[in-house]
Amino acid sequence: MNIKRLAFIASGAALLTACSSPVKLNDTPVVEKTAAPVATAADPRDVRPVETGSVDPLNDPKGVLAKRSVYFDFDSYAVRADGKAVVENHSAYLNKNKTRKVLIQGNTDERGGTEYNLALGQKRAEAVRKSMTTLGVAEGQLEAVSLGEEKPKATGSSEEAWAENRRADIVY
Amino acid sequence: MKKFNYLIFSVTLLAGAAANAQLRVEIAGVGNNQIPIAVAAFADESVAPAQISAIIKADLERSGVFKVIDAGVAIAETANVDLGQWKARGADALVVGSVQRLADGRFDVRYKLLDTIKSGQLSSLGQSALAKYTRLTAHKIADDIYEKLTGTRGAFATRIAYVNENRAAHDYRLEVADADGESVQVAVRSNEPIISPSWSPDGTKVAYVSFEKRKPVIYVQDLVTGGRKIVVNQKGSNSAPSWAPDGSKLAVALSKDGNTQVYGVNADGSGLRRLSNSSGIDTEPQYSADGQSIYFTSDRSGGPQIYKMSASGGNAARVTFKGNYNISPRVSSDGKTLAWISQRDGGYSLYAMDLASGQEQRLADAATEPSFSPNGKYIMYATKGGGRTALAVVSVDGRVKQRLTTQAGNIREPNWGPFMK
Repeated sequence: MNIKRLAFIASGAALLTACSSPVKLNDTPVVEKTAAPVATAADPRDVRPVETGSVDPLNDPKGVLAKRSVYFDFDSYAVRADGKAVVENHSAYLNKNKTRKVLIQGNTDERGGTEYNLALGQKRAEAVRKSMTTLGVAEGQLEAVSLGEEKPKATGSSEEAWAENRRADIVY
Repeated sequence: MKKFNYLIFSVTLLAGAAANAQLRVEIAGVGNNQIPIAVAAFADESVAPAQISAIIKADLERSGVFKVIDAGVAIAETANVDLGQWKARGADALVVGSVQRLADGRFDVRYKLLDTIKSGQLSSLGQSALAKYTRLTAHKIADDIYEKLTGTRGAFATRIAYVNENRAAHDYRLEVADADGESVQVAVRSNEPIISPSWSPDGTKVAYVSFEKRKPVIYVQDLVTGGRKIVVNQKGSNSAPSWAPDGSKLAVALSKDGNTQVYGVNADGSGLRRLSNSSGIDTEPQYSADGQSIYFTSDRSGGPQIYKMSASGGNAARVTFKGNYNISPRVSSDGKTLAWISQRDGGYSLYAMDLASGQEQRLADAATEPSFSPNGKYIMYATKGGGRTALAVVSVDGRVKQRLTTQAGNIREPNWGPFMK
């Protein structure tokens, strides 16, 4: 009870000081620093917006950044036409958000040797990394690595599974 | 004829295998000109946890070099044996021995190898072993028999490292076992993939690649203490570790400069230097037996082929020319034979090449990740079949094949360890 009363008195006093102030409010931001924050709420019908921080488009499940995989043809290490938008969208985001870093993980299908596949997966990751660098993303924001054939998204030995696993993923 | 042999050997080996076997050996063919050898049960061998004579018999049979004759009786090394009688039964040699439990709990194992043709003793051995090392003692006796009768050092007492993985359960293990797949010990357990184990030349450490940091990083682990450290973790991928024969450094494959290239690094992680230089992929470095050269896989000519360069780097000479997919070079300890994987007619096969003549031989199909036994006589590899990956062994002449199978999971990435004291 006492606290509430005190608060009312305090805000009343603040309002009075604000009203009697000879200085125009929009002239000096310095006033805001010295006076209480409520001082600017002179108009009781005014609404002061509160920013909780902008919504990160990265966390929008329906946004373009939700697509993070770039697919490759068999025995190919070039970014396909259908992967260009993915690369561009993430490059634009990284250019706007210079503190964000990504790991580009290259993958291969299960056919062939473990270590050679690791090197082939690296070529895919490297292709994506180079495309992003060309679009202006800083080297320090990108690391191209390979998981080879070790972390397949699709299990099984069908053509569909192999196509799903010839992939580079952009990981934040 | 081959099928007949297969059946007989499978039955004998199953009978001889320990009840808790993790891997099982099957022989799918035997060599010609086998040495007939009779192996007696060792006197009082039931006191030891491992049945010495059964392990010796299994080792000798698996080698494909011997035709084992079950003596049917126990004969101590101290007994007077009528060697003429064993010669009449078709045996060129006879193995006898005994086991005794010592007061301190160890087991004293003694053995003699007798020559029935020259009617004399070829070798003898006496060893006191802790209970857990009685299997090892049996392997050492088999090594001695193999060496005395073939002139080549036996590799039964060596160990293998491999990856046992269950991807669905995110369960990846680096395991160490005896060369026959018994006495399995887990060296690393992880939720992320482990690949490319490589034994240090002294057999106390294993280098390997772990994905636990969301990318491939090279570790070296001391097997005895369990202590491990990162040897190379450069930007990009770090993989394919291979020890120099003197154990002072490793050759590795790194992507720090863009494409995957071969680098050298000291065993403590210092002194990183680039060894290969191409605009494509250079990976899978392997030191030659004398440490002077490095064999590696490169796609500089288009598809992957095997090349050789000086261990200090520089120009490379192409080694493989047939087929357009040749990977995973491994060199025998005598430096004479190259084993590798070649894709021809669709499948991946294990090939061996006599480096002096360039003569090639196809040893096995559905094969990847070869690894020589330290005596150069056998090659272990991973083989896919029935949706699972298992380990198999083939003799370097292609005449003897074995398969190591497990109850569950995929067993891959075998690396055969060195001879140990």
